[in-house]
Amino acid sequence: MTTTYRSTRDIPEQEYLSAGTALCAGCGGLECIRLFHKVLGKDVVFVNAAGCMTLLTTYPMTPFQGSWLYTTMGSAAAGAQGVRDALDVLIERGRMSSKEDLKVVVLAGDGSSADIGLTATSGAMHRNLDFYYLCYDNEGYGNTGFQMSSTSPFGSHTHTTDPVASHPAGTEQNKKDLFEIWRAQKPPYLATVSPRHPVDMARKIEKSMATDGPRMFLALSPCPPGWGYEPGQTHEIARGAVETGIWPLKEAIRGMVYHTHTPKMDPVATYLEMQDRYRHLFEPKRQEAAISQIQEKVNEYWASQNVRFRDA
Amino acid sequence: MKQMLTGNAAAAWGARLADVDYVPAFPITPQTEIIETISHWSSDGTMGCRFVMMDSEHAMVTAAGAAAATGVRVFTATSSQGLLYALEAMYTVAGWRVPLVMVNVSRGISSPITLEADHNDILSARDTGFLQIHAETCQEVVDSIIMGYRIAEDPRVLLPIIINMDGFSLSFTREPVTIPDKDKIASFLPTYHPEHALFRASSPMSQGVAVLGGGAYSYFKYQTHLAAMNAIEVHNEIADLYGSLTGRHYGLVDSYKTEDADYVFIITNALATRGKAAVDHLRLQGKSVGLLRPRLIRPLPVEAIASQLEGKKGVIVIDQNISPGLGGILFQELAAALYSTPHRPDRIKSFVGGLGGKNISQDEFDYMLSAVSQDEYLWTDQPELLYTQAEWAQMQSMLAVAGKEVPDDNYLSIDT
Repeated sequence: MTTTYRSTRDIPEQEYLSAGTALCAGCGGLECIRLFHKVLGKDVVFVNAAGCMTLLTTYPMTPFQGSWLYTTMGSAAAGAQGVRDALDVLIERGRMSSKEDLKVVVLAGDGSSADIGLTATSGAMHRNLDFYYLCYDNEGYGNTGFQMSSTSPFGSHTHTTDPVASHPAGTEQNKKDLFEIWRAQKPPYLATVSPRHPVDMARKIEKSMATDGPRMFLALSPCPPGWGYEPGQTHEIARGAVETGIWPLKEAIRGMVYHTHTPKMDPVATYLEMQDRYRHLFEPKRQEAAISQIQEKVNEYWASQNVRFRDA
Repeated sequence: MKQMLTGNAAAAWGARLADVDYVPAFPITPQTEIIETISHWSSDGTMGCRFVMMDSEHAMVTAAGAAAATGVRVFTATSSQGLLYALEAMYTVAGWRVPLVMVNVSRGISSPITLEADHNDILSARDTGFLQIHAETCQEVVDSIIMGYRIAEDPRVLLPIIINMDGFSLSFTREPVTIPDKDKIASFLPTYHPEHALFRASSPMSQGVAVLGGGAYSYFKYQTHLAAMNAIEVHNEIADLYGSLTGRHYGLVDSYKTEDADYVFIITNALATRGKAAVDHLRLQGKSVGLLRPRLIRPLPVEAIASQLEGKKGVIVIDQNISPGLGGILFQELAAALYSTPHRPDRIKSFVGGLGGKNISQDEFDYMLSAVSQDEYLWTDQPELLYTQAEWAQMQSMLAVAGKEVPDDNYLSIDT
């Protein structure tokens, strides 16, 4: 399909998310939401699960030009179901003009999406709910001070996975592959995005808008306090995640996967070294085995037969 | 139109007559018949609502509240474990100040898992902000659902409401029910056109937003309390209208032969029917007894209850629930309600009975009356468990089969 978004100049200047929120400086997730809102437009209701973004609207202030519904940590997708169904019923029964319709967007973190809210999300996908789902993935329970979630990567240090003698890598588990879990239900549109790749993101949102049903987005969300880097480095971190191949940019149309960016395949160590959460892999003694394990997993992924490329 | 209907069928009729727009559902015994009936009626066009099977009660209540916040009339139903699973979402949607009706079919709570009624499920929701009406009969179920929408949707209230009925003894028991006339109900409860804030493109709204600091939090929580208290006045207005429309009048409390009674049993829900029969039986023996059934549990109509009990010699509270470490829940609330009443009853005694659907026999009613009316009345802050010798013998034999040591002392009091 033809796209409106060929370069960053094509991204609308109009801002729907005001500056000056209570969020941390350099929040990668916030940048994703900002871009999302720009492409989706003003007529949006964000249905939020408990997490960092819950503090965006704090009585009596909101940074959004659109609407907002905070639900619980585990049922944002169910909230989206209720709003979407009600809007449909009102339009069907002639009690609301379709001009008043809204795009329903779940806004949830990785802890909500991969852990406590997974059932509700799976349910909404199963019912083929016509909605968007934006998971800002900062790879840990960020709002509570950064504890391990099921999407915290192997080798990362969170406040509940201290690297100690018995498990020197910190987090021992591998990151739960939410993309593949969601893909198993074959939603009409599913994609990963990164705030450092706004054109790729805008095209994906644009493409998803042309279809109906669950439109699922997994957004890399570098987190300065949780990952341990200076807020000004967010773009470098996001770039590192993509160019090392750790965060593949891809989409899946009804389960069929296409990669939308060919990474340079920089050594993973160049990305890990930038962040305090991986400091223990390099100091006081370099943990070669752990670093190799991370590199091998990335190599394995990209060497697999199923990787197909095309532009978003 | 009079039909023999189960409580579950009556509940489905309530939703049907209320012309609900949206029904998110999840099955649980003994409620499932309600959502099955609505599903059939929705499929064949009898009801115009959208029916959606959700993935849990937590999701179901979230969807119900979110739909109500978007401006449609919502019905849903649950029971027991499901209500507990939904509890977080119930606090959440009550805080959104959205009207909807949810039926709870009371059932005991695991562990041990069981199917029959007691009220630990519904009373665990007493602080959520949902209003609660507890029904005694299948007729009251259908009527209360219809009245419930008017109460919940009233601008002075704007809170969700639960209509409670007992599992099995109402849910699966057929009683003669007059199904209200469709046109009459349509005039009483017209198609829903809410005026409170809603999600619309032309008028963005933030709902359920965070507050920082206790000042704002206290304000909103107290607003919810005041709105719930308004439901007493609103209930009475609505009940008057409904009474003149249908000939069936409902009060905040249901008083049975209390006026001239010296002693009053307090029972909620379907067991009150059993209690009324026991009152009749005791009256034949010349005993001065009556029965009071609080119908509204939230808001608790303290004044109506206190005025009915003023000057009585004794009050017997039968709690079909237990708060381990305290006792009967309603007893605590009613004792507090009576404390500052002038001429409050001399005696108030707490019994716990009917747990897990256990019956209460006439002998037990006789026993309770004698316990509160005997000359040497002993105040105790501990509840007495209603448990008969026959039930104890049965329990002892089960313990023996299970290979457990059977205590030989008799820990219960009722020799029948």
